[in-house]
Amino acid sequence: MTSETGFTARHYAICLSGIVWREALRFLHQRERFVSALVRPLVWLFIFAAGFRQVLGVSIIPPYETYVLYDVYITPGLMAMIQLFNGMQSSLSMVYDREMGNMRTLLVSPFPRWFLLGSKLVAGVAVSILQVYAYLLIAYFWEIEPPTPLGYLTVLPALVLSGLMFGALGMLLSSAIKQLENFAGVMNFVIFPMFFASSALYPLWRVQESSPLLYRICQANPFTHAVELIRFSFYEKIAWDSLGLVIAFTSVFAAGALIAYDPAKGMMMRKGG
Amino acid sequence: MSAAPLALDIAHVGHSYGARRALDDVSFSVAPGSFTVLLGLNGAGKSTLFSLITRLYAAREGKIAIFGHDVARESGAALRRLGVVFQARTLDLELSVMQNFIYHAALHGIGPGEAKRRGAALLARAGLEDRAGDKARNLSGGQMRRVEIVRALLHEPRLLLLDEPTVGLDIKARADILAHVRALVAERSLAVLWTTHLIDEVAPTDDVVVLHQGKALAVDKAAAIMAATGTQTIGAAFERLTGAKMRDAA
Repeated sequence: MTSETGFTARHYAICLSGIVWREALRFLHQRERFVSALVRPLVWLFIFAAGFRQVLGVSIIPPYETYVLYDVYITPGLMAMIQLFNGMQSSLSMVYDREMGNMRTLLVSPFPRWFLLGSKLVAGVAVSILQVYAYLLIAYFWEIEPPTPLGYLTVLPALVLSGLMFGALGMLLSSAIKQLENFAGVMNFVIFPMFFASSALYPLWRVQESSPLLYRICQANPFTHAVELIRFSFYEKIAWDSLGLVIAFTSVFAAGALIAYDPAKGMMMRKGG
Repeated sequence: MSAAPLALDIAHVGHSYGARRALDDVSFSVAPGSFTVLLGLNGAGKSTLFSLITRLYAAREGKIAIFGHDVARESGAALRRLGVVFQARTLDLELSVMQNFIYHAALHGIGPGEAKRRGAALLARAGLEDRAGDKARNLSGGQMRRVEIVRALLHEPRLLLLDEPTVGLDIKARADILAHVRALVAERSLAVLWTTHLIDEVAPTDDVVVLHQGKALAVDKAAAIMAATGTQTIGAAFERLTGAKMRDAA
């Protein structure tokens, strides 16, 4: 297979692996980023969840077949949180790259724009999955593990999908953020509301009891469905509704990012930046 | 038999940012193996034109072709023949020089082995063979620029665009870079479009495009522009054409 540029599938593979390689190198060079990516969920697990272990009981709800401890319950939410933060970190690095000019070297590549952005997305997902498995390794020593070791494998496709969703959301946001300084707003208006208005910290039936409106907001939140997709797949099950919604959200965010970075239609065009 | 395509053909290109007109009906061409200077003050529209040529933005008015390939319709084929050095530094400062090359080469479908081979040869040509393993952040401004030029040549483009490549450099570094690029034109038959607001970078035999307030006021050899305006220097010719004073950095 060749395109108008004369590129074959091998050339595309070289380009993809180059973009993933650079992302991995940058991640390894930024040790603080790796440490903070791990410390954040571990603080939630070791301090927050331990403190609330006896206060918040979790009834038997799917996919669980027995009562589970609170720290077991919030683990899928923390896995999704790692990916959400990583998606936003990628977004931050795209804004930084744009300010520093590095983004231009990517965008003037002769490969199609959709392929370049998709490769960037894949690179971010690969890094986020590494972080999640590092977290699971530590959590294992806290006796948090799937019912069988197979769960470590069955959760992988869910992590890929949720990572793609958060990465695409981050990419879309990065197109709208002109300056690095504006990124703090993303923390306040995207990450925290998404995380707290979800099933990450408490089951939705409990939310419904206290506030039907908040329950509906949680149900419309893409983060909720990423958490449930991960939760079920960690237990070797499939949350079909969440699977469909995560795919749908991913498609919408990715399409938005492609339009935003399209030379003819995008935000950069309008802003001259 | 049809004539060989122009390295760069810009025909009636215009661009606006909202109500602000950045480029207005700009037309000129760059022949293969020639050195063309795009001369204009800051804000003349040079960087906007660069963004359109490299398809960071799409040209909504007019047509841009690189070696006969329309940038809008055959952007891949056009960009494959193009090397770019942007005004802003675009090296990844956290990576080594060679790692920057490997990444750039991958963006053009070239594997790491070939990238290292080409990178080493081009670095030697630029007199930087001992800096391949250094982190980009440890290079001086002039060295960074030369590394960026080497990087832009890795995929063996036939047209090289340089957007104000000597800004912020000392006199010697500026002269070295200009001489290096002029030598590349002679050695490789490379077409070069060099934008600048510094008149001392223009030689009488260069092709010159005078861009002012988004319009191409003159397109010819520097000597011909001087003759047409009845002036002795390209700086004086620029002043006559635009009414604005040009800067001589030296």
